[in-house]
Amino acid sequence: MTNFNTTGQGFAPISRRGVLKGAAAVGAAGLILPYGATAARAQTRGGTFRIGIGHGSTTDSLDPGLWDQLYVQTFAAARHNYLIEVDSDGQLKPEIAESWSSDDASTWVFTIRQGVTFHSGKTLTPDDVVASINHHRGEATTSAVKSLLAPTTDVRADGNTVVVTLEAPNADLPYLMTDYHIPVMPGIDGKIDVTSTDGCGGYIVESFEHGVQSTLNRNPNYWKSDRAWFDRIELLSILDPAARLNALITGEVHLIDQIDPATIGMLESRGVANILSIPGTGHYVFPMDSRVAPYNDNNVRLALKYAIDRQAMVDVILGGHGAVANDNPIGPANRYFHAEMEAKTYDPDKARYYLQQAGLTSLDVTLSAADAAFSGAVDAASMFSETARAAGINLTVDRVPNDGYWDNVWLNPNGNTPFCASYWGGRAVEDHMFTTAYASGAAWNESFWENARFNELLVAARSEVSEDNRRAMYQEMQQLVSFEGSTIIPMYTNYVMGVSKAVSTPERLSSNWNFDGFRCVERWSMA
Amino acid sequence: MGFATSVALGLAGLFAIAWLMRAGARAMFAGSARAIAHDMPLTAAFGILVIGVYAAVAIAAPALAPFPEREIVGGQFQAWSAAHPLGTDRIGRDMLSRLIYGARNTVGIAFATTALAFVVGAVLGLWAALVGGWLDQGLSRFVDALMAIPALIFSLLLLTIFGTSVITLILVIAAVDATRVFRLARAVAQGIVVMDYIEAAKLRGEGSWFLIRREILPNAMAPLVAEFGLRFCFVFLSISSLSFLGLGIQPPTADWGSMVKDNATLITFGDVTPLLPAGCIALLTVAVNFVVDWQLHRASGLKEQ
Amino acid sequence: MILTRVALGIGLLFVVSLVIFWATELLPGDLATQLLGQSATPETVAALRAQLGLNDPAPLRYWNWLTGALTGDFGMSMGNGRPISDLIAARLGNTVFLALYAAALSVPISLILGILAALWRNSFFDRAANAGALTAISFPEFFVAYILVLWLAQTGLFPSMVRINPTTGLAERLYMTFLPALTLTLVVTAHMMRMTRAAIINLMASPYIEMARLKGMSPLRVVLRHALPNALAPIINVIALNLAYLITGVVVVEVVFVYPGLGQLMVDAVSNRDIAVVQAVALIFAAAYVALNLIADVLSTITNPRLMHRR
Repeated sequence: MTNFNTTGQGFAPISRRGVLKGAAAVGAAGLILPYGATAARAQTRGGTFRIGIGHGSTTDSLDPGLWDQLYVQTFAAARHNYLIEVDSDGQLKPEIAESWSSDDASTWVFTIRQGVTFHSGKTLTPDDVVASINHHRGEATTSAVKSLLAPTTDVRADGNTVVVTLEAPNADLPYLMTDYHIPVMPGIDGKIDVTSTDGCGGYIVESFEHGVQSTLNRNPNYWKSDRAWFDRIELLSILDPAARLNALITGEVHLIDQIDPATIGMLESRGVANILSIPGTGHYVFPMDSRVAPYNDNNVRLALKYAIDRQAMVDVILGGHGAVANDNPIGPANRYFHAEMEAKTYDPDKARYYLQQAGLTSLDVTLSAADAAFSGAVDAASMFSETARAAGINLTVDRVPNDGYWDNVWLNPNGNTPFCASYWGGRAVEDHMFTTAYASGAAWNESFWENARFNELLVAARSEVSEDNRRAMYQEMQQLVSFEGSTIIPMYTNYVMGVSKAVSTPERLSSNWNFDGFRCVERWSMA
Repeated sequence: MGFATSVALGLAGLFAIAWLMRAGARAMFAGSARAIAHDMPLTAAFGILVIGVYAAVAIAAPALAPFPEREIVGGQFQAWSAAHPLGTDRIGRDMLSRLIYGARNTVGIAFATTALAFVVGAVLGLWAALVGGWLDQGLSRFVDALMAIPALIFSLLLLTIFGTSVITLILVIAAVDATRVFRLARAVAQGIVVMDYIEAAKLRGEGSWFLIRREILPNAMAPLVAEFGLRFCFVFLSISSLSFLGLGIQPPTADWGSMVKDNATLITFGDVTPLLPAGCIALLTVAVNFVVDWQLHRASGLKEQ
Repeated sequence: MILTRVALGIGLLFVVSLVIFWATELLPGDLATQLLGQSATPETVAALRAQLGLNDPAPLRYWNWLTGALTGDFGMSMGNGRPISDLIAARLGNTVFLALYAAALSVPISLILGILAALWRNSFFDRAANAGALTAISFPEFFVAYILVLWLAQTGLFPSMVRINPTTGLAERLYMTFLPALTLTLVVTAHMMRMTRAAIINLMASPYIEMARLKGMSPLRVVLRHALPNALAPIINVIALNLAYLITGVVVVEVVFVYPGLGQLMVDAVSNRDIAVVQAVALIFAAAYVALNLIADVLSTITNPRLMHRR
């Protein structure tokens, strides 16, 4: 089915395939199934599926380049299709692209599925695909994935295919095409209409009001026969955590996200809903600006790393729905995860030792945190402050406004927030994660960390053919980030959802994104 | 029902103590103090008792609290036990200790805020009423404009701009409250400045500051005191609402308003934890206003029964 | 007098728009960085700024907005490109509906409780009503809401969240919005009740009340016929103040009950720096405040002839 021809310089495509397989295997092993989950039953049609999402605002945009949170992402998955889908095993699966291939990983040919129509009745053509991709390219685009698609030099339709040309080989291109920002939308004169809700997905938009709710009805002409089981979807934006819980308990909605960890046990004992907890690649971090004192001294950084109680944070901040991280942005769900690294546990004596190495007897630092960084960030900072005190580190928590957090605090733009809280959704590909947040000079290198050996390895690993060498390289990089890096990463998080017992969920959920890779709307059904 | 019963018993106990206290005061004091104690309704005695207890707790917080306010001493949301009489909070700090320190911080912040709002608002309001003319018009219209902006949203804007240290929190809430005080003070003073004794004082050549302090303020005191009682309690609510919108007091400072918010989701499951700080606020509100009512009643000169 | 007040009100709206514009300008970040969020890069932010016209100097942007607003054109939401009048119309209706609903519940309740408390002043009823009302206002709004949801929604009596659309019928709408209206009722009743009681008691020492009582009138009649009419002015004022609060200050209740009103719109717009929307909503709030105060003043003048012929 998937025509994944690779010849010539085929190192990358092979590794890409491997990455996905590896990710899927680990993901499956780490999957926590809901209590009493049984084998997939025959799915039934019908019913109204109501989802309460803790995001959404009146300024939400229909422009795919500006999507950034679960509400618009799920809304998009309900009404749109993408070129390629990531299935629940983490494998790439054809969607609007029937197949794809490349001889050199530089020129990619996507064969477009025939006979698919948009909700408006228009037939989907390769030109629509070109317009949808081009929306994110070029000087004037405001798309969030502009940099991801920057290496594409040409996108053109050719018969029933779309040909994408890259300036350098990149085996990850099919993976990029699954990005939620790039749905296939109808093109008009080579452009997509960013105010339209027209798509070719399983549900047709009936109404939407930004920041309140949207309603969609099943698309009777949907080309997939084994998907989109519900008759109707209602997406509600419920920002208040208690209101979301109440809506699930009273049966007003069937699925909610972001459950307060402290209440998970109580919710389960009510017996009205299952808790699904899916390990993903997300992690919570505390980056330190390595350019400024005292964080420019690795001994200080190590002292702080030993002064944090990781297990307590997983227990309290995540309610156990996550795992301890060893200052490593590459998690167990990744292929080259370095599991044998020496684990850092909470050890005030070691922290003191590193303080001495830094020539200090005590240390005063300020950690800026807001719950905008991640849910529970202020509490996590308070816990950090307490454990650090025992090690002679006076860590003051500065609670800053949620509003404007990413502009004003993150990346130390005003020079007064060198140590703050941050969150990463994680990346399925090691190179992607490292290049985005740890490479020298990267826009989101939040710790401004520079390490010559790391940067050298990062470039070398991209073109390394041998699987073993590649693994060794990525593991060395993880070691470097963990023990010399300037980012404290105490925990990996799970995607945690509350699902009403009225809804039946597949045995395995995608660990790609929350809500079964946003696809709950078309993969799930009424029980 | 155990919780409700213990609350009812506690309140009854407080009333009993208040009654005893009043009886004691009637017996022990002589002269005017005795007359005051004699007039005092039980509710006012109750209010004074509660305020006294709160003040004592606030002052003696470090001695009373079994644990420091910031220390993590156990797991998350531990049940009530001998070691932790009211259990632990979200990150494992002793709930009772935080409530006790909360008295100190919250009452302190609320008092500072209200006092500041009243000094600024009342002085400006009385001054505007006394001087009149352009000054009055300018100040009044400006205050009108500020009052026309919803208080919560205005505080949200200001706190986002100026940061959320305790000092800015006090200044911002005081600024918002001061507009309300200004209006009330001005309205009350307008009725007073036309009185003959003010005219007489003006003719004596007294300055504005003297007039405000010695002539107008004493006569405008009753409604201002009544307003003080309510405003004082609204400060807790402002802090609580602000923390609901993501702006609150700096950790690890314990404060009742934020504590209500932090534990609020638990009420969904009928857990009483969030009721504790909310109850502390409610009890103080009722107590303060009982005393205020009694003072107003005395000031109104209405004698009955 | 009314004309002067209206003119003053319009001037006040202008000052409010200036204050709000100035405050939103001081906020860190702008619409472009907010829309792009964590994925903002300097390039895309610059492109979006240019597209949204955020590069113009602040006074020019204010001037453009003001001239637009004066001709009735509030412009488009810069966040999602929809006309602001559309965005606001439905929500304004919802906000007014909830405010009136809550007022319809709370005004009679607080008047009756206030009159009875004044009638039986210092009785157990007086103390209990007072303490109850004070307790209700000393709980934060969201907390009152959670408790009502626990008691009345989890038991299945009322929905825990409001799901209405423009076609929802009145009966259904009243049922759906009962809990938010009840929450607001509990929040505002104490203030109005205490003012009613205080205003009436304030008059009870007056000679004419004494006279009426000496004539042997029943206490209820004295209160209703003689005290209440003269106490109306402060009561009307406090009702107006609370109505204004019900329209402008209920963002927390809107969040808890997922009620699409103006407060939530304004908070969203502030955090997204969608200044045009912030301005439009702030003006509506200010106008409501001015209008209600004006109505209150006119009504108190009508109810009190002495005010009408002042000096």
